[in-house]
Amino acid sequence: MNAEAIIRSIEAKHIKSDLPQIYVGDSVEVGVRIKEGTKERIQPYRGTVIAMRNGGINETITVRRIFQGVGVERVFLIHSPIVAHIKIERRGKVRRAKLYYLRDRVGKATRIKQRFDRS
Amino acid sequence: MSVGILGTKLGMTQVFEPETGKAIPVTVIQAGPCTITQIKTKETDGYTSVQIGYQEVKEKALSKPELGHLKKSSANPLRHLKEYRTDNVGEYELGQTLGAALFDSGALVDISGDTMGRGFAGYQKRHNFKRGQMAHGSKNHRLPGSTGAGTTPGRVYPGKKMAGRYGGTKVTIRKLQVVQVDSEQNVLLIKGAVPGKPGALLSIAPANIVGAK
Repeated sequence: MNAEAIIRSIEAKHIKSDLPQIYVGDSVEVGVRIKEGTKERIQPYRGTVIAMRNGGINETITVRRIFQGVGVERVFLIHSPIVAHIKIERRGKVRRAKLYYLRDRVGKATRIKQRFDRS
Repeated sequence: MSVGILGTKLGMTQVFEPETGKAIPVTVIQAGPCTITQIKTKETDGYTSVQIGYQEVKEKALSKPELGHLKKSSANPLRHLKEYRTDNVGEYELGQTLGAALFDSGALVDISGDTMGRGFAGYQKRHNFKRGQMAHGSKNHRLPGSTGAGTTPGRVYPGKKMAGRYGGTKVTIRKLQVVQVDSEQNVLLIKGAVPGKPGALLSIAPANIVGAK
């Protein structure tokens, strides 16, 4: 086996196969595993995917939401065990790969049109 | 000191820690299989060590003296030979194969190899000098500045940092942690970076902890 195949086989053990197809502009719920003392629970984090970075095991999504009037962006390594699940709540219709323009907008202007052709 | 093995750097990736879910940057190393080609003892050589060989090659790639040396241990033609000083040579025998199973996951290792060659490098790359300003009429962009005083002493002191060959030297990175061992494929995952590019030859030995006896 060559070097690339060996590295792929190591990564394959960590890469999740049950993730949904995520697109930029989607509204998602990310289940984040949180440890409190000895107890572990899953906290949902809802928001809009404003950026994706492909990179095999290093694939990330940036999820933005407005929390108590403050914009919050979290970057998730989607193959990490910290991410318990990802649910698509709504598909969005956007014409950009990165939705950084949403950072300069507030209120109604941050809405993204829904698209129905993706499941 | 104890016996280590030779290996090849394959590349880097990341794995996730099962409990905390943290991403660990790892280097993937093809470690072995290595054959013991010679055992040096106090009686025959004046000191004790174990010599191992790594990387099988075609017979025509080696010279007759090299092949003759390997014949003594009935080893296949091997490109690289390296000696590890050790006191307990009795545990090893000629022709024995060493692999990644030599290390346990969680163990600390020292890894040495040649760093990437950077050729004739300037002050910024080689010694982390600051750069001059690029604009406002300045013509000093990557110049060294002063190299010392004037008439007294009338010379540049030895050891003055200057441009020159950088990289391509042997470096040992100490106390790196083994994350995972695949003894079947002889693959080691080491936390952090190691010298050289993928394909570089590395020596992996158990960590030499100063002061520990």
